[in-house]
Amino acid sequence: MNTSATRSHVADHSGAAAPVLSLIDITKKFPGVVALNKVSFDVRPGEVHALLGENGAGKSTLMKVLAGKHQPNGGKIVLEGEEKSFENPKQAKKSGIVLIHQEQSLVPEMSVAENIYLGSLPLKWGNRVDWKKLHADSTEILQRLKCSFTSREMVSHLSIAKKQMVEIARALVFTPKVVVFDEPTASLTDHEKPVLYDIIKTLQEQGVGIVYISHRMDEIFHLSQRITVLRDGEYNGTVNTAETNEDEVTKLMIGRSLELDHASKPHDFKENMLELRHLTVDGVFEDVSFNVRKGEIVGMYGLVGAGRSEVAETIFGLRRPSSGEILLEGRAETIGSSHEAVEKGIALVPEDRKDQGLILGMNCRDNMTLSALGSVSSMGFMKTSAEKVVHDKYQSAMKIKTPSWRQKVGNLSGGNQQKIVIGKWLHTHPKLLILDEPTRGIDVGSKAEIHALIKELARTGYAVLVISSEMPEVLGVSNRIIAMYDGRITAEFDGDAVSEDELVHAITGQVAQAPKVATAITDDATVP
Amino acid sequence: MATAEQGSNRVMFGRVSKSGLMSFLSAQGILIFFLLSMVVFSFFSEQFLSQSNVMTVVRQASIIGIIAVGVTVVIIGGNLDLSVGSMLSFATVLVVDLHDKVGPTTAIILMFALTLMVGAINGFLVGFMRLNSLIVTLAMLSAIQGGILIYSGGQNVDIANQDGTWFSVFGRGYVAGIAVPVVIFAVLAIIVQIVMSYTSYGRRIFAVGGNPVAAVYSGIRKNWCVFSTYLISAFCVACAALVLGSRVMGSQNNVGQGYELLVLAGIILGGTSLLGGAGSIWKTVIGVLILGFIQNGLLLMGYPYYTQWLVTWVIIILAVWLDLANKRKRLLTTHS
Repeated sequence: MNTSATRSHVADHSGAAAPVLSLIDITKKFPGVVALNKVSFDVRPGEVHALLGENGAGKSTLMKVLAGKHQPNGGKIVLEGEEKSFENPKQAKKSGIVLIHQEQSLVPEMSVAENIYLGSLPLKWGNRVDWKKLHADSTEILQRLKCSFTSREMVSHLSIAKKQMVEIARALVFTPKVVVFDEPTASLTDHEKPVLYDIIKTLQEQGVGIVYISHRMDEIFHLSQRITVLRDGEYNGTVNTAETNEDEVTKLMIGRSLELDHASKPHDFKENMLELRHLTVDGVFEDVSFNVRKGEIVGMYGLVGAGRSEVAETIFGLRRPSSGEILLEGRAETIGSSHEAVEKGIALVPEDRKDQGLILGMNCRDNMTLSALGSVSSMGFMKTSAEKVVHDKYQSAMKIKTPSWRQKVGNLSGGNQQKIVIGKWLHTHPKLLILDEPTRGIDVGSKAEIHALIKELARTGYAVLVISSEMPEVLGVSNRIIAMYDGRITAEFDGDAVSEDELVHAITGQVAQAPKVATAITDDATVP
Repeated sequence: MATAEQGSNRVMFGRVSKSGLMSFLSAQGILIFFLLSMVVFSFFSEQFLSQSNVMTVVRQASIIGIIAVGVTVVIIGGNLDLSVGSMLSFATVLVVDLHDKVGPTTAIILMFALTLMVGAINGFLVGFMRLNSLIVTLAMLSAIQGGILIYSGGQNVDIANQDGTWFSVFGRGYVAGIAVPVVIFAVLAIIVQIVMSYTSYGRRIFAVGGNPVAAVYSGIRKNWCVFSTYLISAFCVACAALVLGSRVMGSQNNVGQGYELLVLAGIILGGTSLLGGAGSIWKTVIGVLILGFIQNGLLLMGYPYYTQWLVTWVIIILAVWLDLANKRKRLLTTHS
């Protein structure tokens, strides 16, 4: 696009501090594909420089080049004025470049200190671990990060946010010059994010250059000073955050602007598809009552751990209710297994697509038909041509980018994986579709597509329950919103008549008024 | 747009195309190894590749092969079955002992029923009680061995009138010039391969082995799937017992001892991953045959029979190491 224009635009501002790290004209070719084409990128000390791009735009590849995991085919890496070439991640780390991963790589059954110094434990004579020094050093690092837990805590006892801090603490062992955060908030709740932001601020104050990769615009605008956009492996411009807005950045990213139509109007929904009456699973959630009507999208909003996923799992037959009723189309049903749930027309797109949604070692087609094998087989024998038809249908309907149906889903990007999970469930032709965090860790482009798809499905009569911890998502798609806190429903709102404040209060247990239970339930007396 | 992702996949394929020979070697490694060892052995022994020797080896390998077909299904489903060795002893003692008491037909039916029952117990404990398959089947291994001794009182059993019974056909008979054990092995292998590759049942087993959690979240009855794999395994053991009992016309109490390891060796050698979710019956067939030919070749070269055990061990370690090395390479290129 306007590459040359933006480049000169950046040059105007280079009067600021000299960059601690510059990547100049980096090219990385994989056989048959150019993953990075002369991409330039730099970070100044104490700066947060956001790196943006759709899934597959080349962000991760660029960072892997930086961290020594890939060797570039062209271009150079300059660290503090010195040209470097990293043969492996260890060298990069020693030079002060640290990558904080999306997937955490901690040993859960070890203490915080042991994890921080894993692989470089301080030793005293006789090759024994110097525990005293280990904990003293770790404590010092934790204090620098203003962490609230001690170095002796077991990692498995920590929340995800705290685990992430341990990852960051690990990075500080090597006095980093540049820290790369790759989607650090993907597994954090809105609640936990400020802690991470504080840490980033602390690092900034210490003069560390920070590269921040994220799909979430609000974070990027909150944190960064500059934004660089990659598209299809090409440098597509750098802008100063203060001088731009979300629309402009989105356009740079995907070459068009997204229509984010918020708050759908509540319609006149009549028939109940799903109704829960006082559903309880002891110790998990209590007295959950709500309904989802045909054609309606109900959003379920709450923090991780509030019991949202567990409610979904109970509806899907994966948990036994201790008491209460599940009604499908007005009839009380016992759903003893996921198999029965599928037969009764319930679909669950689970929270964790890699662990729960997909068989990563299987190809796209086989994953797509897995929940409805009966529809693509006769007398138990698979009809591979019919399977291919199913695959192609959902591939084109949802614009899944895969070279062929033979591709293993483990090799696809997150957005495409998620679309395969959704496609798999659409093919079961469900009456009730439950989506648990449908767009977690997915780029804005795919996110909008999935949101549009959800709305389209509801329009054609599906009853949809969307569980999410992202407020814009809940507000954007739902006709009605149910808030959960600590295993209970705390409030219920109309999709277009709720403020963000009200929602936040409801999911953090600060609701003054008595819980407003689903209005559709009138005949409580019939509950056995 | 998916350039980076595609990029890293292409690394995989890229390495392949970069040096086609190397990739061919690593993909078909086991087959090449097989052919190579055949050539080496044939240098040392003229008999090695003679038709009669080859047929003997295949016939000898068929008992391990028949069991391995069933165990491969268990492994693809993500579990292990170590109890097959003593299950083979059990089934063989049973069918031989009952042969003279109730006649061959009833003996065979009873043997199949009881062996399937043992399989069902394994399947129940692993599938429905969700106990660790290694522990369950290892315990079953010794439990059955104890059961056999109680049943037989420690006496070896045999069939009195060895010439006057059609029971001998399973171990000693020929169909169109091919030994019956080989026919049973081939038929079982073909049927199970078809089931695993072309039926929805097979697809479910692969899914359960590949990711049990996702399988459950996909509405697959995982417990039943796991249960069924142990029935298949038990059925195969019963078939093997038919062949073994009929060939020997008698049975020692511990005739199947050590078979579980040989079976595993064949499967691993063939290249089916012990992690589940992948593998094939063809691979197992090849693995079992390699094992048979190597043992036979060593014998023909004049090494005492127990050297086989050492060599088998080395080969297994090599096979597992190669498998892992390949996987690591793949992991590094796709994820890091």
